[in-house]
Parts: sequence; structure tokens; C-alpha cells
Amino acid sequence: MMLDKTIAAVAVSAIAFLVVYAATPPLIRALERRKLVVKDYNRVGGANVARPGGPAILAGILASELVLYGLYSSPAVLAIILTTSLSFLVGLADDRRVLGGWFKPLALAASAAPILLLGYFWPHLVYDPQLGFPLFGHVTIPLLYMGLVIVMIPITGNTINSIDVLNGVASGFMMIASFALSLCLFIVHNYDIAMASLPLGFVSAAFYRYHKFPSRIFPGDSGALTLGAMYGTIAIVGHVEIVAAIALLPAVINSFLFLSSVKRVIEHRQLKANPVEHTDDFKLKATADRDAPVTLVRLIVANKPMTEKEVGFAIFKLAFFSAALAVATSFMMGVRL
Amino acid sequence: MKAPIYAYILIMWGLIIAGGGLLISIIGPLRIEGYGRYNELLDSGIKAAIAILLVVLWVFIMSKIKNWIFHKQIRN
Repeated sequence: MMLDKTIAAVAVSAIAFLVVYAATPPLIRALERRKLVVKDYNRVGGANVARPGGPAILAGILASELVLYGLYSSPAVLAIILTTSLSFLVGLADDRRVLGGWFKPLALAASAAPILLLGYFWPHLVYDPQLGFPLFGHVTIPLLYMGLVIVMIPITGNTINSIDVLNGVASGFMMIASFALSLCLFIVHNYDIAMASLPLGFVSAAFYRYHKFPSRIFPGDSGALTLGAMYGTIAIVGHVEIVAAIALLPAVINSFLFLSSVKRVIEHRQLKANPVEHTDDFKLKATADRDAPVTLVRLIVANKPMTEKEVGFAIFKLAFFSAALAVATSFMMGVRL
Repeated sequence: MKAPIYAYILIMWGLIIAGGGLLISIIGPLRIEGYGRYNELLDSGIKAAIAILLVVLWVFIMSKIKNWIFHKQIRN
């Protein structure tokens, strides 16, 4: 039985990686042909980069998760498939036309409906209305947990979207956080959802190949929201909400800093001042503009200007640090004070 | 500038774990009885209110710590 699951885990991981790896180059060409490109302002000369990469990301996720669903018919995997697909559609709508700042959170909240519906028909097989904390145990909160499910998807989706500011950062960050989450699920002995979570890391890894500096494609809202929503759904169906939040802390800090400085929900494109600007040799430096929001990137380059690639690696180091804390937390889940 | 960010992450982590302990010790033993069919609704409502209050408190503390750790950069 365990051998079967190991083979299935390897198979779905390979499918996820290979589908994105193979689908992204033709997607780049198709987007370029249709002039669906955006300027990369951080690149010398401002190259045009294809966007969105969401369709390739979703293709990898659907191909692998549908195989998994075909093998085990798990309602939790079905919840992952449906919620992720709905979130992709929300992102695609935002990629096609500029929508208001509140559209995405509300539409993503609606995308969580399959989790609640499937949870109604298959109680305890999709989610448990319990919130588990390390060292202290868990608390049962039936109605409150439904509210948590509804807010979790917009939070994780928008958190990943908000960190998609530099070449390769969203996909690279998601790769680190999701592999950490898979490891945590193994540590808490939730092998089925650990297996379902592996495609997220492999999809991110394959997409990173084309998204890393210098980017050939950007994920767009459809890509970032798909990755973030899938991450949130795995956290819910895997009963690792707190651990998942910890692995995401650098991105959470970015959103927190941004929201606490602009004090309202707005899109990055609505900002009047950019948090960073360029030096003469095209490095990123913190702006002196007092109206500009405080962001993670602005703090990273506060002391000295850095290249885009250096800032990306600084964010990845923070992601590894949070991933280590998440793994430590998952070990602590089995300990009671 | 990166050390304060690591410190901030570490503080956030500690506050999540401590907040979880507080949540469980307050909400865990809470039982509302004597209101018939409204017991569950009242129970959930009060638990939700306490949880939301704790989240607001967490955000407030994190905001103060943020200003304290990053005050130099934010002021500049």
C-alpha cells in the first residue's frame, strides 16, 4: 500500500513538472504572437515579457491532481481541483481587464465554496472544524472554521500575488513554501494530502525555470492566485493551517507592511508612488518618497542598492528561514505542554 | 537591513504560538448552556468574537513591533 502511494507520489510530481515545463514555451510564443506582453520596468531597456503564465500552471496542477483523483477518488483532492480552478478564473478575469481592489478578495472568497460544499457532503474527509496549535492542542470551532475557510483562500491568493513583484520571486517563493508544507504534512503523518501537495512544488519549480531572472514569462494574476489558492486549500484539507501560515511569513509580512502603510485594499497599479526606484546602474534602491508604501523589497534595499537578482535571493533566504520554522512547528504539533 | 526582518519573522512566529495557546485556553473550555436550541449559535458567536478580538490584538502588537523595528527605514 505504502509502495503504491510512493509510486503515485512520484508519478504525479513528474506529471506536474513535465506538463508545466513543456507547456510554458508554446504559451510564451502564443502570448507574444497575440501581443499579450508587459514591460519589465526593472530590466535595462524595459524588455517586453509574456503574461500570463497561469494557463500553464493550471494545466500542470489539473493534470497531476486529476490523475490523483482518478487513483483515490478523494473528496479533498476534488476540493483542491475545484477551488484552484475557480481561483484561476478569478485571476484570468483580472489579467484580461483591470478590476477593482475589492473584486479579487470577494471573488476568491466565493472560490472557497467547493471546500464547504464538499465538506458538507463528506464531513471530516475534506476538512475538520478544528484549529490545531503546537504545544497547546486544538480547539473545535464549527461555525468559526467555516469563516476561516472563506477568508483563507483570499488571504493566501493575494499574499502570493502581492509578492509577485520581481523576476522569479512568486514561483521561487512558492516552490520553497510548498515543499516545506509537503514535508510538514509528512511529519504530521498526513500522507494523502502530502502527496496531493507535491504537484504544487513541482509546478512552481518548472515555472521558475522560465520565470527566474531574466523572466521570459510572468505568472500574472491567474498564475499567482492559482498557486496561492492551491496552497490555502492544501492547508485546510491537510489540517495544517498554522504551519502553512508560518511557511508563508515573509509574504505575509509584505502584505502586512503594504496594508498598514496604505491603510486600504488597493492594487499595486493604483499606487501613486513606487516603493523602490533605480540607481544609474539599474540597481534597486529604496525611494525617499514619503507617500510610497513600505514593502518587503523596500526594507531589503533600505541600506544599500541591490540588483533584482540579489533581492530575489534575499527573499528566498527569508523563505528558507520561515520554512525551517514551519518544519520545527510541525514537530511541535505532536508535543503537549 | 536583513537581520531586523529575520527578527520580525521570529517574533511573528512566537506570537502565533503564544496566541494559539491563549486561544485554546480561553475558547477551548468555553461552553454556553441553558439557552436551548440557541446554545450552539451563542457558543460559536462568543468564540468568534473572542477569536476576532485576539486577531485584532495580534495585528495591533505586530504593528507596534513593526514601527519599533523598522522605524528608521519607515521614517526615512
